[in-house]
Amino acid sequence: MKDDSFELAGRRYVSRLIVGTGKYRDFAETRAAIEESGAEIVTVAVRRVNITDRNKENLLDYVDPRRYQILPNTAGCYTAEDAVRTCRLAREAGVGELVKLEVIGDQRTLFPDVPATLEAARILVKEGFKVLPYITDDPVACLKLAEIGCAAVMPLAAPIGSGMGIRNPYNLRIILEQATVPVIVDAGVGAASDAAFAMELGCHGLLVNSAIACAHDPIAMARAIRMGVEAGRTAYLAGRIERKLYATASSPLDGLIR
Amino acid sequence: MSNDFQIELNGEAYRVDGDARLASLIERLKLKRGRIAIEINRAIVARAAWDEVTLKAGDMVEIVNFVGGG
Repeated sequence: MKDDSFELAGRRYVSRLIVGTGKYRDFAETRAAIEESGAEIVTVAVRRVNITDRNKENLLDYVDPRRYQILPNTAGCYTAEDAVRTCRLAREAGVGELVKLEVIGDQRTLFPDVPATLEAARILVKEGFKVLPYITDDPVACLKLAEIGCAAVMPLAAPIGSGMGIRNPYNLRIILEQATVPVIVDAGVGAASDAAFAMELGCHGLLVNSAIACAHDPIAMARAIRMGVEAGRTAYLAGRIERKLYATASSPLDGLIR
Repeated sequence: MSNDFQIELNGEAYRVDGDARLASLIERLKLKRGRIAIEINRAIVARAAWDEVTLKAGDMVEIVNFVGGG
């Protein structure tokens, strides 16, 4: 197969899988799962340093920023202001301009606040950030984010951490048809089949955290999801057959014994 | 100016006793400079300015780093 590298915000990547670092048992497991996933981009959260336990280990001692593109998120932010503030701090911490923008609108579903996400994206793009926004699977919101100048759009497939899979493939298809920037499915994947399905639809990439970190064996699930992404991408490029209601025989009718 | 005063560090009262330089606070907390970002009174303090900044009573200081997240 010819080169199928993935371009995002001006950099080329071999892997189309982005992985999170939340919910692992410890940093050693985090590192091993990332390694097994083959991901080159890794999301992290921005939080206050632990003042009381000064000898606590640091995530970046295990996930080397020289090897991985670190993608700070704004998880937990409910206003555009907080999200922008978090991105500025992340950039100051020295991992570059790439940010995963999330402005949450509701605690129970963790669905994004779309107007606040658009507002934060405008400010961040103006300030030179390369913005990857988490957004509902709404084709209009995705169009607007691309117009603002986001480096990609990241529609959710199902609620964060739900493992419900690709709940609305038709919206994703519409988003993909009109896409001028990469479409990365963010949130909702439960297992390798969901990853493959998203990629078969033509999604350019996939962001997974809980499905790997909370699996019984995270390392094995990291491998499974990596293979799911690769299988789905390959199938997409191969071009699937049309769905037909009735059967079409695979064996010739000529030469049947009578 | 007395060098014994309180600031708010990451939302908690914190006593600065003696050396009021921001650089000393970073040292006292044993923080790796390459892994953190600092705000004072909601304004980011650029890394290059860390050695020049002096804290004063009532300053609201936020020091953040990266943790696991999705």
